Amino acid sequence: MTKKTKTLSLNFGPQHPAAHGVLRLILELDGEVVEKVDPHIGLLHRGTEKLIENKTYMQAVPYFDRLDYVAPMNQEHAFALAIEKILKIEVPIRAQFIRVMFCEIGRILSHILNITTQALDVGALTPSLWGFEERETLMTFYERASGSRLHANYFRAGGVHQDLPGNLDKDIGKFCSNFPKVIDDLETLLTDNRIFKQRNVDIGIVSKEDAIDYSFSGVMLRGSGIPWDLRKSQPYECYDQLEFKVPVGKNGDCYDRYICRIEEMRESVKIINQCLSKMPKGPVKSPDGKITPPPKKEIKESMEALIHHFKLFTEGYRVDQDEIYTAVEAPKGEFGVYLISDGSNKPYKCKIRAPGFSHLQAMDYLIKGHMLADVPAVLGSLDIVFGEIDR
Amino acid sequence: MNNLIDLEKKINSELTTKINESKISHDQLYLKIDHEDLLEVVTFLKTNNDTQFRQLIDITSVDYPEKSERFKMVYLFLSHKFNQRTILSFSIKENEQVSSLIKIFPSANWMEREVFDMYGIKFNNHPDLRRILTDYDFEGFPLRKDFPLTGNKEVRYSEDEKKVIYEPVKLEQDYRNFDYQSPWEGTKYIQEQTSKDNDKKN
Repeated sequence: MTKKTKTLSLNFGPQHPAAHGVLRLILELDGEVVEKVDPHIGLLHRGTEKLIENKTYMQAVPYFDRLDYVAPMNQEHAFALAIEKILKIEVPIRAQFIRVMFCEIGRILSHILNITTQALDVGALTPSLWGFEERETLMTFYERASGSRLHANYFRAGGVHQDLPGNLDKDIGKFCSNFPKVIDDLETLLTDNRIFKQRNVDIGIVSKEDAIDYSFSGVMLRGSGIPWDLRKSQPYECYDQLEFKVPVGKNGDCYDRYICRIEEMRESVKIINQCLSKMPKGPVKSPDGKITPPPKKEIKESMEALIHHFKLFTEGYRVDQDEIYTAVEAPKGEFGVYLISDGSNKPYKCKIRAPGFSHLQAMDYLIKGHMLADVPAVLGSLDIVFGEIDR
Repeated sequence: MNNLIDLEKKINSELTTKINESKISHDQLYLKIDHEDLLEVVTFLKTNNDTQFRQLIDITSVDYPEKSERFKMVYLFLSHKFNQRTILSFSIKENEQVSSLIKIFPSANWMEREVFDMYGIKFNNHPDLRRILTDYDFEGFPLRKDFPLTGNKEVRYSEDEKKVIYEPVKLEQDYRNFDYQSPWEGTKYIQEQTSKDNDKKN
C-alpha cells in the first residue's frame, strides 16, 4: 500500500522577525523539508531610480542612504565616484581618507548588525545587546560628522560635505583601540558555541562555481573560497595605500560567512587606524566652485562665490554626456551604479546594482532540501536588507 | 586577455560581423551588437578562454521615447580571471522581444523580471516572467519616461469598507519640475530657437 503525500504551502512573512524586513516567502514543504521557495519582494519598493532621474545630482545623494540603510555612506560613495569619473574631478587626499574611514565604519556597522541578528535568528539574544551598543557609538560618529545618525548625506562629488569636527578623530581612535576586545567578546559567545555551530555549520553550502554563476559578491563569494575584493582587485579612492587582508572562507557554509565577517571587522579597524594616522590636513572638497559650494565666509565677501552658491543650489551642476558603471565593495558585496548622463543637471538613467538582489535570488537554490528551521539561518547569513533589494 | 586593448582586438577578430561598435572608456569595454546575436556573443564572452566573463553583474534598459528603436538593453559582465568589465548593449523597438539569458546565467532570472516589470520588455524562453518589484496587479511600466513620477494610483485604508482601497492619485499640488537651466543657453525653447536660426543661416 502506498501512502499519498501532499506538499504543504507555507507563507512566511511579510512581517516576521527573522525575515529581516519585509520579505514574503512562499515555501513548499514536504514534512519539514523545504522543496521550493518563491521569494516575493518589492514590499519596500519606493521607485528610487525613477526619483533620481527627476532630481539634480546633488539632490539624488540622500536616496542612496535609504538603500542599504545600515551602511549608508558606502552607497553614497559609489554614486560620488561615478560622477567624479565622468567629470574627472580630483578629490583632495584628506577627503579620500575621510571617505574611506567612514566606509569602513559603515562596514563595521553592517557586519555587527548582521552577525548579531543572525545569532538572534538561531537563538542567541546576548550578542545583539552587546553589538548594538557599539553600533550606537559608531552612529554618533556619523552624527558628529554629518549631522544625522543614519541618513548621513555626507559624501559629495568632489569630496565630503564638511571637515571632521574637533576631537572626532581622537574619539574614533579610542573606539578602534577598544573595539577588537568587543569582537573577542562576541566571539566567545558564538564562535565555539555548540548551538550556534549546529545551526550554521554545513548549512547553505555554496560551491565556487555556483557562487559565480549566481552573481554573488562580497562575503557570499569570499565565504566560498574565492579571494575577490574590489578594494584589492580594482582599488578605488586610496585603498591602494592601505594595508589589509581579505579573509576567505573554505566551505562556503553559513558558519564560514560568519567567520569572514568577524575577520573583516578586524581588518576594518586596522584600515580606520591607518586612515587616522595617514590623514593629512587640508581641504575636504574639490576647489572647483562649479561642483562644490564655497565656504560660508567667502559668500559674504566674493560675488563669484555667491553666484556659484546660488547656481549650485538651484540648477545644480551639469554632467557631460557619458555612460559609466562604477562599483564599490559595500559590506554586502558589489554595489554598483550604472549612470547615463546627458549633459543636463539630472541623470538620464541611474541603475542601482544591489548585491542583496542576486543573493536573495539564489534563495531557492540555497534552501532546497534543507529543514524549515534552516530558513532563518540561511536568510541571516545572506545579509539582506530590503532597502537595497527593493529600491 | 590581460589588457583591454588586446581584449577589444580579440573580440573584434573573433566576432567580426557581430560587433557593430566597440570602444574603451573608464577602464571598461563597451560593445554594441544586434539583438539577434545576443546569445551567441554572450556565450562567447563567457566561455572563451581569453575573455572569461563568468559573472553577469546586471541587466537593465534605457528608455529613449523619441527614437524609433525605443529601448537600449544593457548587460554588464565581470571577468574575475582578468579583472575586467564589459558593457554590452543593443537597441530594440518597443514590441520586440529579447532572448533570455537564463540558460547561460541563472542569475539573469530576476534581473530580466525586473526589466520586464520596469519597462515592459518581454523575454523569450523566460520560465517565470512575472512582475517583481511592483505591487500585485500593478498597471504600467514605471521606469518608462512617459510614466508619471507620482504614479497613477494611491492606496488608503477605507473606514467604510474596512479594507485598503486603491484610488487615482489626487495631489493638492502637482510635482513641480522647474527648468533651472540658464535662460541664456540652457532652456529648451531657446535652444530650439537658436538651432532654427543656425539652420537658416546655413
